[in-house]
Amino acid sequence: MKMAMTTTVPAKRYSNSTYRTIKRMKALGLYAGVAAVLVYMLFPYYWAIVSSTKSGQALYQFSLVPSLDFSNYWQLFHNPVFMGALVNSGLVAFASTMISLVIGILAAYALGRLQLSPGRIILIAVLMISIFPQVVVLSGMFEVIGWLGLYNRPSALIVSYLILTLPFTTWILTSFIRDLPTELEEAALIDGCSRLRVLTHVLLPLMGPAIASAGLLSFILAWNEFLFALTFILTDENRTVPVAIGLLTGSSRYEYPFGQIMAASVTVTLPLLVLVLIFQRKIVAGLTSGAVKG
Amino acid sequence: MASVTLKNVSKAFGAYDVIRSINLEIEDGEFMVFVGPSGCGKSTLLRLIAGLVPVSEGDVFIGGEQVTDVPASKRGLAFVFQSYALYPHMNVSRNISFALETARLGKDEIRRRVTKVAEMLKISHLLDRRPRQLSGGQRQRVAIGRALVGEPEVFLFDEPLSNLDADLRMEMRFEIVKLHGDVKTTMIYVTHDQTEAMTLADRIVILNQGRIEQVGRPRELYDRPANRFVAGFLGSPRMNFAPLDRAASSAGVLRGVGGFYHAAELAGAENPTEIGLRPEALKLVSAETKGAICGTFERMEDLGYEYVCYVRLSETLVWTVRSTGRPPAFTEGQPVGLGWQPESLYLFGEDGRRIDHDSAVQLASGASL
Ligand SMILES: Nc1ncnc2c1ncn2[C@@H]1O[C@H](COP(=O)(O)OP(=O)(O)OP(=O)(O)O)[C@@H](O)[C@H]1O
Ligand SMILES: [Mg+2]
Repeated sequence: MKMAMTTTVPAKRYSNSTYRTIKRMKALGLYAGVAAVLVYMLFPYYWAIVSSTKSGQALYQFSLVPSLDFSNYWQLFHNPVFMGALVNSGLVAFASTMISLVIGILAAYALGRLQLSPGRIILIAVLMISIFPQVVVLSGMFEVIGWLGLYNRPSALIVSYLILTLPFTTWILTSFIRDLPTELEEAALIDGCSRLRVLTHVLLPLMGPAIASAGLLSFILAWNEFLFALTFILTDENRTVPVAIGLLTGSSRYEYPFGQIMAASVTVTLPLLVLVLIFQRKIVAGLTSGAVKG
Repeated sequence: MASVTLKNVSKAFGAYDVIRSINLEIEDGEFMVFVGPSGCGKSTLLRLIAGLVPVSEGDVFIGGEQVTDVPASKRGLAFVFQSYALYPHMNVSRNISFALETARLGKDEIRRRVTKVAEMLKISHLLDRRPRQLSGGQRQRVAIGRALVGEPEVFLFDEPLSNLDADLRMEMRFEIVKLHGDVKTTMIYVTHDQTEAMTLADRIVILNQGRIEQVGRPRELYDRPANRFVAGFLGSPRMNFAPLDRAASSAGVLRGVGGFYHAAELAGAENPTEIGLRPEALKLVSAETKGAICGTFERMEDLGYEYVCYVRLSETLVWTVRSTGRPPAFTEGQPVGLGWQPESLYLFGEDGRRIDHDSAVQLASGASL
């Protein structure tokens, strides 16, 4: 009787070495899969880099080795329209990011913390706004820009990009604020802080990660935006980079400046890459540890 | 320093009444402890006083002044949270001085006060650290320091020691008593630990389902509980209760479970439905002893300095007996008797209120003569 109770039904199993082999095969499979995905994702960028260093006839030969000819970049940096567009893009993306962060933080504090009864409805409305495709709002936006007298000005883009960046900035920041311990804020209130001081001295310093990711996303979005930039800007000196690249022309009408376009694409990606590298640590870091008993 | 007065204070979250019409006077310099089972509204009541939660009805007075609509930041109180709620991005020194900075005090004054508080709490060597680099006990001290530095009118504590281990809790308890002796500020302290309540309090408020069951000095609550709830809440192990069999009882003779009746003690009491005896009021005696309650011995827990015995009186009723010294040698299932002194018996009426017992005894002795 006792024996019967202690014996377990032996599961069918292979030898230890079989499991070891299986484990290795799995690891191998995983790395192969990762490699395949990486190649698939990175190839277009690599191709752009390779092509950007070729010119003339070399462009039409298939080769995966960059030929280290930087004449495309040289030409590009001496193209006043492109350089102007780079500056415009920087200004527009920076300004719209900053504005959407400021509004987003204030909105998120209200929606995430203050007991507002219409808060839920507002949040859902904000989400609905971000569902509409850009084309739907394009003509309406065009009218608004006209009324505001901003047509063919970079500030038209700053205003219109808010429609794209503000919804998700608000969402990210709202959910982050909700996750911060309420007691921190109550402690600050007890310490005599006004609502604004609570926000600026207690919540903001803790929101670094959320602000970094929301800011980065909206910067990328504004930096890459094409449709509004094409529609609301008429003249070359006010263009932003994505449109400027699309309108790059060669020395003659019949030449398609493929090498230069590739060089421009690479150049445009670099600032984003730098930003991501700077902020990635911030995004990963969890600052709140230690606030509450750990 | 200030008194705190609550007048008909109620709080409802939606349709759910959490605090029901509470009236309470806390005197200047008093150490008041709120205890009660989990979810009874202790924290909510404390937050109402702090102004972190608005009252639904009623008025709050601090130092005789109406503060019902004054925001938390202007009430001049200090609050120590269960989770400490230290600002993680500031070092200890700034955590303590933040309230003073907010109040725009001068730099020298701030430094002087922080140094004084840090010395008092023995955290001077920690001033440059961040909260996450501190142990639980150290965080607790910083939290108290942050409360202390503003020289508040009233201190509010919400279960400040519940995250600490037993030894540290005892040490901090002692320090809080000392602190109160030093600063003599009004303190309101929430806990669900009755040891803390009994040892710290000048007076205890026992809360149950948003109502005050009783307010009084610790000894008073222990010796003369107003009702069955208070009697059962204070004391560990809790008080033994047994219902009285009303049908089988007649004037002067009351029957309870286990086939015992005690005419002498109970005669004259008005309609008691339940008796109560504290575990330490009971003595294990032999089963034949006259007047003893009879039961069977179940098991014993020997804690070294004391022991607790479990005696089964009926199917559903097990009583505890607590005593010090050498544990008796009873075996499981052996019949035993439980003896007690008449004055240690508590009687409870149908509505749970305690029926005054002194008069009952006197009446009884008078009647039997
Ligand atoms: N913001 C809120 N919204 C809705 N209900 C709440 C809120 N805060 C507290 N409650 C409810 O009020 C009741 C009392 O809560 P409270 O925190 O005061 O209990 P407590 O006595 O402090 O309990 P514990 O000992 O567990 O801390 C609980 O039932 C709780 O669910
Ligand atoms: Mg609580």
